[in-house]
Amino acid sequence: MIFRRVNTWPTWHWRNQWGEMDRLRRELNALIDGSYGNSMTEPSAGVFPLMNVTEDANNFYIRAELPGIKAEELDISVTGDSFSISGERKIPEEQADSKYHRRERESGSFSRILNLPSQIDTGKVEAGTSDGILKVTLPKSEAAKPKQISVSGA
Amino acid sequence: MTESEKKALQAKEKTEVMSNAEATKPGPVFTPAVDIFETDNALILLADLPGVKAEDLTIDLKEGVLALSTQMEIPEATDEVGILREYQTGNYYRKFNLSDVIDQSRIEAKLKDGVLRLTLPKVEAAAPRKIEVKAA
Repeated sequence: MIFRRVNTWPTWHWRNQWGEMDRLRRELNALIDGSYGNSMTEPSAGVFPLMNVTEDANNFYIRAELPGIKAEELDISVTGDSFSISGERKIPEEQADSKYHRRERESGSFSRILNLPSQIDTGKVEAGTSDGILKVTLPKSEAAKPKQISVSGA
Repeated sequence: MTESEKKALQAKEKTEVMSNAEATKPGPVFTPAVDIFETDNALILLADLPGVKAEDLTIDLKEGVLALSTQMEIPEATDEVGILREYQTGNYYRKFNLSDVIDQSRIEAKLKDGVLRLTLPKVEAAAPRKIEVKAA
């Protein structure tokens, strides 16, 4: 039975063990505020672009919503365990006689650095955009990959 | 370099649609950021719709109400484990009341890199039209 419990321990990665409590507290607070829907996200770094990071056994995946930004306008670099992205969102000027009713879309430059939980194989990083979403695949370095260890009966 | 180009972009959380009508499909629905401007002969709308494909977008213009909505399927679960989640994905919905009469037959919509550009030409009501009379 004890083995089962060990196996189901959640993986916290770099988040500390109080992370789960923090999340619970935030969600309860949000529930009281009545804005439950927005609390599903982690406390963000508040730096553009907002990112979602996932992993599987071999890779990390970073996704960011960058509408109207072409892949060639982005500057991405990777070193060891950090990922950095910078670029500029340009909104082309419209003709001079246009009168605005609403202007909510924003332009400007951005740069962000993100640390990943383990080292990555910098030579094999792939990045691409489709429909305004950037997806970066960062293969984990051999040392960071989980190893399958076969147990042999004596 | 203009003022707007030097400005740094701020991270913004998406705003969820607050509507009284209940959605039939699960998942959050967001309000896309838009620019709306008009020129002498058209009303132009630009909307940020990251992740939306042309076939998932519905633009509906009925009785002066323009509605943008997306019907994206929830992607199937993969074996990826979330580490950091700063933004949510979901559908988009937004509705506008148009004050001008729009020439429905010439509406143009283009979706590129997650940005929709919708051109709604105004009806040329005021423009005088010459009618040629042909000799029989």
